[in-house]
Amino acid sequence: MENMTAQRESMESVWTKPETLTDTRMHYCPGCGHGAVHKVLMEVVDEMNIQSETIGVAPVGCSVFAYHYMNVDMQEAAHGRAAAVATGIKRVLPEKIVFSYQGDGDLAAIGTGETIHAANRGENILVIFINNAIYGMTGGQMAPTTLLGMKTTTTPEGRTTETQGFPLKITDLIAMLPGAYYVTRQAVHTPNAIRSLKKAFLNAFRYQQARKGYCLIEVVSNCPSGWKMTPVDANKWMEKNMFPLYPLGDLKAEGKLVERKQP
Amino acid sequence: MSDSKLMKGNEALAEAAIRAGCDGYFGYPITPQSEVLEYLAEEGRQRGMVVLQVESELAAINMVYGAAGAGKRAMTSSSSPGISLMQEGLSYIASAELPCLVVNVNRGGPGLGTIQPSQGDYFQSTKGGGHGDYRLIVLAPASVQEMADFVYDGFDLADAYRNPVMILADGALGQMMEAVSFKTYDPKERVPEKKWATTGKTPDRERNIVTSLFIQPEKMEEINKRLQAKYKVIQEREVKYQLTTTDDAEIVLVAYGLAARICARAAELARHRGIKAGVVRPITLYPYPYDVIRQLCGHARRFLVVEMNAGQMVEDVRLAVEGRVPVEFYGRMGGMIPPPEDILEQIIRYSENQPGGAAPAERAEVHEIMER
Repeated sequence: MENMTAQRESMESVWTKPETLTDTRMHYCPGCGHGAVHKVLMEVVDEMNIQSETIGVAPVGCSVFAYHYMNVDMQEAAHGRAAAVATGIKRVLPEKIVFSYQGDGDLAAIGTGETIHAANRGENILVIFINNAIYGMTGGQMAPTTLLGMKTTTTPEGRTTETQGFPLKITDLIAMLPGAYYVTRQAVHTPNAIRSLKKAFLNAFRYQQARKGYCLIEVVSNCPSGWKMTPVDANKWMEKNMFPLYPLGDLKAEGKLVERKQP
Repeated sequence: MSDSKLMKGNEALAEAAIRAGCDGYFGYPITPQSEVLEYLAEEGRQRGMVVLQVESELAAINMVYGAAGAGKRAMTSSSSPGISLMQEGLSYIASAELPCLVVNVNRGGPGLGTIQPSQGDYFQSTKGGGHGDYRLIVLAPASVQEMADFVYDGFDLADAYRNPVMILADGALGQMMEAVSFKTYDPKERVPEKKWATTGKTPDRERNIVTSLFIQPEKMEEINKRLQAKYKVIQEREVKYQLTTTDDAEIVLVAYGLAARICARAAELARHRGIKAGVVRPITLYPYPYDVIRQLCGHARRFLVVEMNAGQMVEDVRLAVEGRVPVEFYGRMGGMIPPPEDILEQIIRYSENQPGGAAPAERAEVHEIMER
């Protein structure tokens, strides 16, 4: 009897794939943050039991195939237009839960107009923003969020303010807009960070159900391939270099700006 | 016609959109079509429509993508420069096969151009406009009544073929006032079930994905073949045109929209002078009535294409005629509208066979002589 209990305990499942994550093998590079974000997002969809009412919008960039992995109805938007597409869906289906999933190039370069105006209208949607400071899909070019001095294929000598201007802190910008209700910056490099991100997704979907308005979750992430580092080194580099400029935590909670120390 | 009203073309179109069951309108102000947005902002909203003035035409067309992908009747309207901005979105919509209605109240270009009426967007509207192989179904109204009627037709065609439909009007049709009546139309009876739409994945079906991305070339070719097959069916079934005194016409005018109305008057004036003139008015610019134009080559000695541009549709007339008879062109540009008298002058000139080349019959004789 004791043996059987011990055996059952040893067979206990300690990790399961969320139901709404498909079995499709992901195309993401080893160590990339997208997989973890997809998993946590779908976990929340499972736990809130909202699969049948959730509609996602995929961007152009590395996560262009997000709909291969997320077992919810999805639309693939043109580059930068995800917030507009999400607006179109949400406005005609206001009872549904709508999110967009976008990278830094999609959201903060080509889609800046759509991003800012969706936030400013207080669209009742969730925008998920993966910031890894580089264009991954096209092979490692400079992103609007690329750090000063950072080398990319289009800033071979490192980004300089004289030529390419400053890293765009678009999340900070959006937090200033009265239409934005919840703005937070998260990460997926540690189990604690993943737990915190999960909490943020739960918050955002609950706010959307309560019709609170626009929510933005930035996930500061890595790009081992684009940064030309091992996954472990990439995460270390991210903590050392990305987090000071893009500090984690809430920027706006329940419609109010959160007091933060300036980096 | 007891319920007929005097309305601007833009307002008649907007009223018809409400009656056609348009669920969502997304637009950006631009002259000469802003009345559509203004009318819907008041009337449409009051009658339950989603009406949104947005930050750009880029945003508007992509909101149409989202709303149409969610299974709703969605539309936008703009004028030439704004329609140029929408070309990217239209390519995606055509590829993802989303039904929607786009209205272009054409103004004079190129560039910022002028706010006056023009037909300078024929190429952009009928030949694809954006990247890749795709077509819009293009309807060309010639009256305020048709500005209204073509909205119902446009939504029905869009739903039937899961294809974007464009109403290609011009600044005059948008701004002028005429009597218009609204037909009985129940959207509930007309809108088909859209099982492909993203409305939330229920346990009884697989997830729905709206996309234009098919990264494998074999798959992308398959998608292209399906689109081309659809366009072929549209070409076979949906061609619409109007003929005015073409039965015995020796000189056949070809014109669409406002220019066709002016040509009808010019042909009438020509008939008073004993010149056998007629008018072919393509109502659908895509699919194009190539066959009817080709058939008229039997008795037509000459075609005269009249457009408010530098000569765009004339290329399609030449494709139809295939060199059988001469195809002449008369156009005004930059927002200028040709009066009937100017067109009459052209008709007289060509009927007297003034400019270059012999008449077809004579040319055949010359050919015979050369053969001997």
